Amino acid sequence: MRIQIRHETHFVLEKAARRALQYLRLTPRNDSNQRVGNWTITGPEQLTRWIDGFGNIVYFAAENTDHDDLKIIVEGEVETKETNGVLPLDDGLPPGMFVRPTALTKSSKELDKFADQFASSLQKEGELSFLHTVMNELAQEVEYASGESTVTCSAAEVFDHKKGVCQDFAHLFIAICHHHNVPSRYVSGYITGGAGEPASHAWAESYVQGLGWVSFDPANLQCATESYVRLAIGYDYATAAPIVGVRTGGQGEKMSVTVQVLSQSQS
Amino acid sequence: MLENFFDEMHEQNGEVREPYNTYAGWLHSTELEELVRCHEQADLIFRRVGITFNVYGADGGVERLIPFDIVPRIISAKEWDIIERGVIQRVKALNAFLHDVYHDQAILKSGLIPPDLVLTNEAFRPEMLGLNIPHNVYSHISGIDIVRVDSETFYVLEDNARTPSGVSYMLENRQAMMRLFPDLFAKHRVAPVSHYPELLLQTLASVAPRGNSMPTIVLMTPGQYNSAYFEHAFLAQEMGIELVEGQDLFVDEGYVYMRTTRGPQRVDVIYRRIDDDFLDPLAFRPDSALGVPGLLSAYRMGNVAICNAIGGGIADDKAIYTYMPDIIKFYLSQEPILKNVPTYNLRRKDDLAYALENMEQLVVKEVHGSGGYGMLVGPASTKKQVAEFRAKVKADPSNFIAQPTLCLSTCPTFVDSGIAPRHVDLRPFVLSGRETRVVPGGLTRVAMEKGSLVVNSSQGGGTKDTWILES
Repeated sequence: MRIQIRHETHFVLEKAARRALQYLRLTPRNDSNQRVGNWTITGPEQLTRWIDGFGNIVYFAAENTDHDDLKIIVEGEVETKETNGVLPLDDGLPPGMFVRPTALTKSSKELDKFADQFASSLQKEGELSFLHTVMNELAQEVEYASGESTVTCSAAEVFDHKKGVCQDFAHLFIAICHHHNVPSRYVSGYITGGAGEPASHAWAESYVQGLGWVSFDPANLQCATESYVRLAIGYDYATAAPIVGVRTGGQGEKMSVTVQVLSQSQS
Repeated sequence: MLENFFDEMHEQNGEVREPYNTYAGWLHSTELEELVRCHEQADLIFRRVGITFNVYGADGGVERLIPFDIVPRIISAKEWDIIERGVIQRVKALNAFLHDVYHDQAILKSGLIPPDLVLTNEAFRPEMLGLNIPHNVYSHISGIDIVRVDSETFYVLEDNARTPSGVSYMLENRQAMMRLFPDLFAKHRVAPVSHYPELLLQTLASVAPRGNSMPTIVLMTPGQYNSAYFEHAFLAQEMGIELVEGQDLFVDEGYVYMRTTRGPQRVDVIYRRIDDDFLDPLAFRPDSALGVPGLLSAYRMGNVAICNAIGGGIADDKAIYTYMPDIIKFYLSQEPILKNVPTYNLRRKDDLAYALENMEQLVVKEVHGSGGYGMLVGPASTKKQVAEFRAKVKADPSNFIAQPTLCLSTCPTFVDSGIAPRHVDLRPFVLSGRETRVVPGGLTRVAMEKGSLVVNSSQGGGTKDTWILES
């Protein structure tokens, strides 16, 4: 599938800032499922490209003059392949590193208790079946609702409230998998068509012996399809976040995001 | 003399050990009043120099003097030769291990170390994966803590591969001793240590990006409230480099610059005395005001050296420590010169059962703890303290290691009652860049309280000058 993306993030400040510095993980990389073409990133005065430890393409963006308005625009085209959610076997990162909980994926007694019910599924039916079960049960247990959580909510907190958005579902999924020692990590990206609004999205990938990384999108109850574009991976939202920033001065920030994702099936 | 402990100055039968021959003679012929006078004078010298140490959680102001003892710790050339070769070997292995952990992970694939011990360790930093740094050196400055239990046996108690401190005491203690006892230095051939700042500067320069031969080097401190701030200022001054805080640096198009009165100046090497977590708020703790936004990008682009490297904590993790003999054999194909303290790995069921049973006799440490915090010295603890620690260990065994309580050697020390033996350890500082070197000496720490085995300055320990005698 050929997917065209235009993603604009617009910060408006009531009181101007003197400086803004950001890491932008907004550039998809080529892998066996996606080819990236004509990808541009514009907006900030200065952009320096580097690669982080997870292999993500990151830009260090610097706005060094007074500003009350800052736009970050990425656009380009990605050609995707349908692989039923399965990714290449080896991307150089040892799967074993993805069983470590972070502040955002840490569990709680209640969440551990919920996770315990999947033990027999893992033992009897294997990882793949276990992962599907977790995805389905999670969607039953937690309601998709925007505005009920923030990007600093941990899996444990979201599980208390039983309401969350895509990154919360990803964190919950990862936490449950970690409880059973199944390597799992966070993916940020875009989704077009199918379930939900075409928009910025987040889901999870779990490592299945003999198969490699397999993606699970518990917010949409499916494995990633050719409608998905991967932007960045990490332990959690914090390590894969599309935009992390610090600012000197400035007040009253308002952020608006518009994402246009157009797809056309390949002939 | 304390019973059953090896004493640095005297044999069990009271005979003076060879390295102390000359010194013992001098000590016995010197009046106590004279020693009291020297002790007071030493106190004055240190107050004037301003060596202080901030103690966390201590009452009565944060700054205080570390007790300095006027009786030197003396080590023969022969003994030093073992220590020197041992610590250099150890640091070479640590660096090879760190490079491997962040690249091919051969040691994990070999099965020698359980992969999860490294990969799920909090000290393992994904930010370092696949990054190549000059000479593959991660721990440029390492402090290896050594204790002695008999005339032949030195144990490595722990490795410090992050930001070991204490070297300023090694240098200042020597200066003070030379002023107090010039006649003793005339009678002994004590190996000099004063060239340490020069060697440190050479080491830092040797890891500058792209072999730059005229690099700009800075020392980055968290600021004056840090417990080792005095040392940061001291070393920067001795090396003739700028002492900077995060706010003095900025990143521009992948390079690091320092703000100066003459405009921005490119920085090539950062000798940082600040933890990984506070280096770059965009990559690590977002609430950190101490760091430099963008620093990780410049580092991963190979445009700046950070010493010690990010992620070195995985090498001085106490759970990894138990594997150090294997690590040395794996990378260097050599037998370890210095021994590890026999250590119970509480991840193992048998070890855990033993430790829980015998906690009164053991020293139990938190895997990630340092500075003498979060540890239990069984024989010196109350029943209640032992019980509390037992509960902690039971709750999370893999977070702890246990070791037998070692018979740390004693060294004569000036105390209220005169000269009496007190337990000591030794921290030599190993420098790794193009070469791996160590100045002949180190920091001897002494537990000032009778019978105490905790030498950490944060726990009221003192220091001594360490003399390596030249042959």
